[in-house]
Amino acid sequence: MAINYIYPEFDVIRDPNRCITCRICERECSNGVHIYDADRKTLRADETKCVDCQRCVATCPTRALKIVKNTCALRENENWHENSIKEIFKQASSGGVLLSSMGAPNPLAVYWERILLNASQVTNPSIDPLREPMETRVFLGRKPSKITRRPDGTLDTTLAPQLELETPIMFSAMSYGSISYNAHASLARAAQELGIFYNTGEGGLHEDFYQYGAHTIVQVASGRFGVHEDYLNAGAAIEIKMGQGAKPGIGGHLPGAKIVGDVSKTRMIPEGSDAISPAPHHDVYSIEDLRQLVFSLKEATRYQKPVIVKVAAVHNIAAIASGIARSGADIIAIDGYRGGTGAAPTRIRDNVGIPIELALASVDKRLRDEGIRNDVSLVVGGSVRNAADVVKAIALGADACYIATAALIALGCHLCRTCQTGRCNWGIATQRAELVKRLDPDEGRRRLVNLLTAWRYEIMEIMGGMGINSIETLRGNRSMLRGVNMTSKELEILGIAHAGE
Amino acid sequence: MRIDAKGKLFDALNAEISEHNGELEIDNCLGQRFIAAGASAKQVVINGVPGNALGAYLAGATIEVNGNAQDAVGDTMNAGKIVVRGNVGDAVGYAMRGGAIYISGNAGYRAGIHMKEYREKKPVIVIGGRAGSFLGEYQAGGIIIVLGLHKDGKPILGNFPCAGMHGGKIFLRGDAQRVVFPRQTTRRAASPSDMYEISSYLAEFCDLFKINVREFSRDDFTVVVPNSSNPYKQMYVAN
Repeated sequence: MAINYIYPEFDVIRDPNRCITCRICERECSNGVHIYDADRKTLRADETKCVDCQRCVATCPTRALKIVKNTCALRENENWHENSIKEIFKQASSGGVLLSSMGAPNPLAVYWERILLNASQVTNPSIDPLREPMETRVFLGRKPSKITRRPDGTLDTTLAPQLELETPIMFSAMSYGSISYNAHASLARAAQELGIFYNTGEGGLHEDFYQYGAHTIVQVASGRFGVHEDYLNAGAAIEIKMGQGAKPGIGGHLPGAKIVGDVSKTRMIPEGSDAISPAPHHDVYSIEDLRQLVFSLKEATRYQKPVIVKVAAVHNIAAIASGIARSGADIIAIDGYRGGTGAAPTRIRDNVGIPIELALASVDKRLRDEGIRNDVSLVVGGSVRNAADVVKAIALGADACYIATAALIALGCHLCRTCQTGRCNWGIATQRAELVKRLDPDEGRRRLVNLLTAWRYEIMEIMGGMGINSIETLRGNRSMLRGVNMTSKELEILGIAHAGE
Repeated sequence: MRIDAKGKLFDALNAEISEHNGELEIDNCLGQRFIAAGASAKQVVINGVPGNALGAYLAGATIEVNGNAQDAVGDTMNAGKIVVRGNVGDAVGYAMRGGAIYISGNAGYRAGIHMKEYREKKPVIVIGGRAGSFLGEYQAGGIIIVLGLHKDGKPILGNFPCAGMHGGKIFLRGDAQRVVFPRQTTRRAASPSDMYEISSYLAEFCDLFKINVREFSRDDFTVVVPNSSNPYKQMYVAN
């Protein structure tokens, strides 16, 4: 047998004084790390299989377990990093394209961390959200840019269809197939309770979830899985997925092994067959074609639903967004390069696209310069990690944020980044019944509601500190932002001043 | 009921169409898009040339066109029937999951891309003449039949058919020796059971366009099928 060059990434430390050999770790680990030795009546570990998901650590009743980074290291090299070497080992032994999960872990620029927020001092009063009204409700969709009157002189008050959000945050697209039934149920129930929306992703809508339709965004992607008349009419809005921040320019392959049971039924494809989403929509090769797809969806739903076009943040995003705004779309969703995924080629995930902060700032500016900002709402995602990120995004010009990784973390995800294996011990990125049932959808709903309730309060507190009492007043209010550790070019693109200015 | 489409923009025409179920006849159609998008309960006859995305997301309605049709006919169609007495443009039956499209003439580029089937839903496209390049890319199910009844001497298919095909079947009349298929597909002569599978579609085609079935019922057909329903399985290594 050939030598395996790759040494296990983690050490499983078991404290023999604490371990009571209850074998819970053995049952909880779908990767088969923990093995009971019947002769010695002890547990041992095969750390080659460990992904550091921390499930065994969390479920060990005596806290006897610790997963730590293996200190066995290759000789340090500032050019050939350990990861670069291990990736070559993997490819040299398999001939395969490197496949990764979740957002890029490498040190890509996070501009949220270089932007600081303003607060009122002396010259204007701050507002305490506990004693004064504070508006976090937003409406997404095309807004009229001028007042029109009917022939009889009365005001024409007809509005394009809008999405009404109690908090400017939505759960972004994750398909049933990439995540479990219980994860979808948690998101759907939480969206309903919070007065926001979750997104089906491209996997179709399970028949059990049609009841949450008023809080559902249904997605139409290049594979058109599960797309049919009832599906289009079931949701509150339709999202055309042109791209995803984690993998701009490429399609998706949900392996046949995950197309089982209800996933097959919901996607409307046979069990065991790969679900291939082509890289482009083969009926969209131009803005004119996009307009055709937008209007075909509007026609099929009789103009009752806003249409969202989701794109990845790429180099010419401002021009692309301008085109989308002119295509008849009601909402543009932009996904930045740190965005998550259930599986993407590593090289694409870690090298393609641009940061959402820069994309957002340049799109908002371009649309305002062209006088078409009111024609669309802007939703941004791609690693929005907390309430401060949300506030900064809105001040840079967003109408709302999309979160997905943060939502999964609330459900128990520990970011072990092995979604593609389908063996998620937390019952999220898996279709195995015995794992899925570990995620209780009501507990999941409760945790998601908690998270966004807390974020909403933090948003109100931050806004109050600025003396602002509505999202409407915060949106595009870049005077509330200052930059640190940035070049003048970066500040120019973000449209903000340096701290101290 | 008859609708005169003359001078009407697509939204006005489609609003009118959506209000009426049952039989409809549209005269003077000239490029109006999205006709009968998502329609379920109607039979529409169109005299003239309908615009792009005719019968997109079709959910059971029947559409008959006396004329040519443009791009994206039956895009993401789910059930129903579209009959075109003429040629169609590009991307006919894109991502179609059910129902049938019968075209008496030729089809443009990218016909039947990502067609798929599920249980009783098995989409069919029958093209009387020839088809352009990229026929049946990513095909995941359903049947595409190209009869090659065109008389202009051009080949029955353009270039690069069946890239990424992982389900379904393509039937071509004749031996199609000149067509190059990708490695992940197999080309073979149609067996009697293959021919039985498409006999009702051929019969309907002949019935619709008044062609004598015998004209090609004894001809040889070529069948193209994918070798695997998991074409990318071996492509990746976990990182």
